[in-house]
Amino acid sequence: MQNHPVYSDNDPQNELSTLNLGPTHPATHGVFQNVLQLDGERIVSGVSTIGYIHRAFEKIAEHRPFYQITPLTDRLNYCSSPINNMGWHMTVEKLLGIETPKRVDYLRIIVMELARISDHIICNGVLGVDTGAFTGFLYMMEYREAIYEIYEEVCGSRLTTNIGRIGGFERNFNAIAFSKLRKFLKEFPPVLKEFESLFNRNRIFVDRTKGVAEVTAEAALSYSWSGPLLRAAGVDYDVRAMNPYSSYEDFDFEVPVGENGDVYSRFLVRNEEMKQSLRLIEQALVKLEKEPTDIFHADVPEFYLPPKEEVYNNMEALIYHFKIVMGEVPTPATEVYHSVEGANGELGFYLVNDGGRAPYRLHFRRPSFINYQMYAPMSRGMLLSDAIINMSSLNVIAGELDA
Amino acid sequence: MGKITNEELLKNINTKFEGQLTLVGEPFGLLTLETGREQIIDILTYLKTDLSLQFIYLTDITAIHYPEQEKPIGVIYHLHSLINNVRIRIKVFLPDGDFHIPTATTVWDGANWMERETYDYFGVIFDGHPDLRRILNVDDMTAFPMRKEFPLEDPNRVDKKDYFFGR
Repeated sequence: MQNHPVYSDNDPQNELSTLNLGPTHPATHGVFQNVLQLDGERIVSGVSTIGYIHRAFEKIAEHRPFYQITPLTDRLNYCSSPINNMGWHMTVEKLLGIETPKRVDYLRIIVMELARISDHIICNGVLGVDTGAFTGFLYMMEYREAIYEIYEEVCGSRLTTNIGRIGGFERNFNAIAFSKLRKFLKEFPPVLKEFESLFNRNRIFVDRTKGVAEVTAEAALSYSWSGPLLRAAGVDYDVRAMNPYSSYEDFDFEVPVGENGDVYSRFLVRNEEMKQSLRLIEQALVKLEKEPTDIFHADVPEFYLPPKEEVYNNMEALIYHFKIVMGEVPTPATEVYHSVEGANGELGFYLVNDGGRAPYRLHFRRPSFINYQMYAPMSRGMLLSDAIINMSSLNVIAGELDA
Repeated sequence: MGKITNEELLKNINTKFEGQLTLVGEPFGLLTLETGREQIIDILTYLKTDLSLQFIYLTDITAIHYPEQEKPIGVIYHLHSLINNVRIRIKVFLPDGDFHIPTATTVWDGANWMERETYDYFGVIFDGHPDLRRILNVDDMTAFPMRKEFPLEDPNRVDKKDYFFGR
């Protein structure tokens, strides 16, 4: 951080100006407020105010059965809802001791990695917009649309997906979903390559991002950073590699690590992660060929809603349907922490269950919330324009920040 | 899995802090200990700095409310040793009416907002915290909404009784 003159309040030469950056500023891409003290264009101090879209998810979750909490998780990081959904399903499955079939795990990996790509598309595209390059954003956005169309085939919705159920998926992937997926896998890599060649050696972009907001590995760890931000600072912590879930251990992928934790290395790490995600999806498709095509959920009738036709025609299915909806299936009274590698970092679910229908306590470890707290301290001494692109590269999502 | 088992971990901590920790259990392989607020910062510092343990990563701080207990509010720390790939959970229960606990911001910078959130939700006062204000709720709110006595919805509503919905 550069040196800058510090004025005190009594100083007659105190010419600091106060700037309310946000809560609805076009440059902040979400509801973030930072009250900044500026000396010219340099930030002297800042205070972050958050909570503008706080919706009390943790309180609501204490009054809802497990399967009704999934829509709440959609609205955490709404740029990559499927990862949140899957993380929640896996937490409940861990609690209930449900083992999912391999095919379900692989399908989940496909959906989660697509979500990671769509999240990184937004983050890196927007970073380009903030540095003055609109082309990359619009070019990549087309492929986020392609990903959303795949979601649509799988679950029927696009943004807040509510994808999957406890034990698996609500329906099987159809042929159109697979053909759209293959089309995406074929068309996206050259676009990503072109996107990289637009930016990676672009003089303006490199000047704007390289050396901006450098973060050391020690500082990143002390602030509990996770995800691409921590990896850009040089720490190879990835939940997928360290504590594999959903059969990530069957896959061959690399954890890209940056060097100096600046905006540029975060950009590079995210681009590289998209390539790794594509690799994972391709491997998953190959592995799926060896799995039976009709399995899309675990055989857990106590927790997985039976198909409607069976509910009307089959006594057993009717009983299970009733028991699930009325919450009469006993659950173990214990506590569980499960984390997945969200697009922004370690997304954790701490669930305390008392054997009832709803969680006794559910806490979301939200990476955006934890990553964002370093923003005001690290902005000190930074130029305002650098602070803007620093915020874009943190990829803080308001829904996840405020829960 | 990790290079260090839960038994070794427990033994290591117990030799350093004889009798100051009680074992709660190992739900899903995650060692859970309970301790008092007097020694919590010493324990956290030891876990972070000891070379064989190195719990350098503070995953989460949160709390839980059990209204019937003598010590109703529990603060829960999740730590992660990235070197050994082991997690540990430490709980500290606080007596009624005296929800004070020393801050962990002296050990990790990242504890700042986690503690503010816990204060906001449960009213746990982290002594020594640099900026203990509400973070998600409005500043002039008087209640602590995650405590169990705080109703989710207006209790006077008659059209939405929970027992109609089996909850």
